[in-house]
Amino acid sequence: MAPTERIRDLAEQEYKYGFVTDIEAEAAPPGLNEDIIRLISAKKKEPEFMLEWRLKAYRHWLTMTEPQWANVRHPPINYQDIVYYSAPKTQKQPKSLNEVDPLLLATYRKLGIPLREQEVLAGVAVDAVFDSVSVATTFKEQLAKQGIIFCAFSEAVQQHPDLVHKHLGTVVPYSDNFFAALNTAVFSDGSFCYIPKGVRCPMELSTYFRINAPFIGQFERTLIIAEEDSYVSYLEGCTAPMRSEHQLHAAVVELRAHDRAQIRYATVQNWYPGDSAGQGGIYNFVTKRGACLGVDSKISWTQVEVGSAITWKYPSVILQGNNSIGEFYSVALTTHRQQADTGTKMIHLGRNTKSTIVSKGISTGFAQNTYRGLVKILKKASGCRNYTQCHSLLLGNRCGAHTFPSIDVQNASSQVEHEASTTRIGEDQIFYCRQRGLSAEDAVSLIVNGFCHDVFQQLPMEFAVEAQKLLNVRLEGTVG
Amino acid sequence: MNDILPATDLYRAELLQFERDVGGSAPVWVQQLRQAAMARFTEMGFPTTQEEAWRHTSVASLSERPFPLARHRCAIPKTELEPVTSWMGAGCRLVFVNGLFSPLLSSLLPLPHGMSAGSLAGALGGESGLLESHLGRYARIENHPFVSLNTAFLSDGAIVCIPPDTVIEEPLNVLFVSRPNGRATMSHPRTVIVAGPNSRATIVESYLGLPEDLYLTNAVTEVVLAENAVLDHYVLQQESSAAFHFLTLAVHQDRHSTFTSHSLATGGALARSEIHCELADEGITCILRGVGAVAGRQHLDMQTQIDHAKTHGTSQQLYKGILGGHASGVFNGKILVRQDAQKTDARQTNNNLLLSEDAVIHTKPQLEIFADDVKCAHGATVGRLDEEAVFYLRSRGIGVETARSLMTYAFGSETINLVTNEVIRDRLAELLAQWIAQTCGRSFSL
Repeated sequence: MAPTERIRDLAEQEYKYGFVTDIEAEAAPPGLNEDIIRLISAKKKEPEFMLEWRLKAYRHWLTMTEPQWANVRHPPINYQDIVYYSAPKTQKQPKSLNEVDPLLLATYRKLGIPLREQEVLAGVAVDAVFDSVSVATTFKEQLAKQGIIFCAFSEAVQQHPDLVHKHLGTVVPYSDNFFAALNTAVFSDGSFCYIPKGVRCPMELSTYFRINAPFIGQFERTLIIAEEDSYVSYLEGCTAPMRSEHQLHAAVVELRAHDRAQIRYATVQNWYPGDSAGQGGIYNFVTKRGACLGVDSKISWTQVEVGSAITWKYPSVILQGNNSIGEFYSVALTTHRQQADTGTKMIHLGRNTKSTIVSKGISTGFAQNTYRGLVKILKKASGCRNYTQCHSLLLGNRCGAHTFPSIDVQNASSQVEHEASTTRIGEDQIFYCRQRGLSAEDAVSLIVNGFCHDVFQQLPMEFAVEAQKLLNVRLEGTVG
Repeated sequence: MNDILPATDLYRAELLQFERDVGGSAPVWVQQLRQAAMARFTEMGFPTTQEEAWRHTSVASLSERPFPLARHRCAIPKTELEPVTSWMGAGCRLVFVNGLFSPLLSSLLPLPHGMSAGSLAGALGGESGLLESHLGRYARIENHPFVSLNTAFLSDGAIVCIPPDTVIEEPLNVLFVSRPNGRATMSHPRTVIVAGPNSRATIVESYLGLPEDLYLTNAVTEVVLAENAVLDHYVLQQESSAAFHFLTLAVHQDRHSTFTSHSLATGGALARSEIHCELADEGITCILRGVGAVAGRQHLDMQTQIDHAKTHGTSQQLYKGILGGHASGVFNGKILVRQDAQKTDARQTNNNLLLSEDAVIHTKPQLEIFADDVKCAHGATVGRLDEEAVFYLRSRGIGVETARSLMTYAFGSETINLVTNEVIRDRLAELLAQWIAQTCGRSFSL
């Protein structure tokens, strides 16, 4: 059947954004030891406390073993084969976009991120991370007027060491887990964001990550602090070039929301997923955690995960302040031989705290998609409420969808609801759409977008559009 | 691992003694099975809370205290069992005291037409060809320490065979009574139920003990259903509130068979029941329902695992947990749908009611799905009684305790109301009402 073939072509189409920009990189030799960490710290001109903290994390990491519990399979990672530091060889820090290497700008254009246009039209401040060094930061002045600090992490360490020292590692300690420890030891850059008391950030903050030099593991560190009564919406998006070597990406994101503060964190993740045979692709092992420290604070995670050979992340919320709210909205799409083990943790410590989890998993080809979640309500956290729904859609008979929720409730006044289902797109649904003149792949696209609607609604406008496009490109037409 | 080794040594010593006592009399294949099981148990030891399946259930207290094997038959006057058997009527029953068959207390006449039922010890002494083809085949010793321990001490239990094309209306009762005589003992009853093609039967397993008695019951039941067989299986677990109770129910189902399991669990200081169902062929139906009601410092763990291997399988699970006092509960339900199990319809529901601020529940429903044309869903809830509904009842002149009791009963009886056998349904309802009356301090009439 012709449509089926077309659908197969679409489903098996190769990664659109796979290209390598040829910029000379200044890289450290592969391998990990204390000297490399000292080198990274020195290159970044970091204060003494950072180096100490990194070394502490490294020494702790040496005592840890790689976790095995996740529902993913991959050959063992040799941590001594990875290059832990590389920086594009553009010597001086650019002051405006005009000073930025035109090749870099071209890369962004290929990715569909016209910095200039965004600056003028979209009103988005972009902190673009190219490999490990921040290249351009826009709109900083406008933000600075309100007292908002939004800059590259390496800059924050130098300009605001007190803030960094005070908050870094308080949500995800260096000893938290294997990959968080590794990140702490070797992270080279990332984003730092500070919203002062009573300030509502006037624009969506966003950052784009991109892995460029071959054999590079990128280790970002993001820290967002929202002081009392503040609000910030932060976007993170990424695509990566095509590569046959497996690449490790172990980021750490920490969010801190004080009294009545609100943080919205949205991610569109489109790292290179490997080819249809499962060769190459990024290993995305991320620790993301937010702490609702104050009363009535709110943290909301939204993620659209379509890339990476292996995704392994659980954006979590620690609901410490009374009446605080945690939310998690996720779409995870796995195709070919991709594996995703993702979900969330909601730890209810404060009274009357609420959490909502909405997870949508879509699996096609030979992919495996796992939801793993924990809702924990401690004894003193009375009157808590959790609502969880995780739905899976299977397209094809060689893929898998798995659900491993864990619910711990230690008092009677809390109410927890969990529901999950797994289905495929019904023949009759497709037939209904086709009858009305939609092609098979449009029908699938329509149904899948409808399936993900609850999550896309949570995304800021421009991301919602991008996310829908991504799904349409990557997923259309796996009609069963 | 240091805290485990002495414990397994302890059990090994007990096993050596057991072998000296009865070892030689069993057929060679049974002896080999026991030895393999003990070797496996020694290798594994008791599970620790580091293992995911045992994360919330600690059996550390088992390795601290020796439980010698109950060796001697203990005579209980028939009248003493009267209160717990009267509901069964004159029907036939198999009674085991401390894991050993008690012919005096049992009544096997008249056995329903065609059915054969008796003690495992007796069967092992005679022609054991049928047993050899089933025993140890479904409850595997490889990765379950309590199954391997049970198998290592394998000596007695019930064996029930329902011949092909036979319909038996009358339920068969199997009672396991524990009566430790001054010292804490253990028993390892093993039950084998073989349902022939096109047969239909009902079997009720009851686990009983006196309140405050300390003992360990580690039971394993293996059920095999041939083509088109229909089996209703009940477990009434009313162990002593100080006892340790482990029950592993391993079910193997063949084409178009229907297995229904109902359980009511109120006993045990630490009680864990596991049901493993293997839906090995097409068109199989598997229905699991249970209510667990615990209070005080009790810990109740309910585990289910349904393995859909072939097409057109249906499974339904409904589990209710009622937790009062400082009780803790665990529910862990796993549905596995293999690649060839297209058109599977699997549903699972777990509702938990917390009656006190100090009760704790851990629930973990799991779906593992490798086929696409399936309908799978699970739901889990945790909550307390609806205060508005309590108010509604109070506004109509019903006292607060009675109102709460009524609502608790209504919550728990949802599964019981689905029981088709009237006599058993009434008994289950009575037991639940009794438990509520004891816990909530207010009885009510059904």
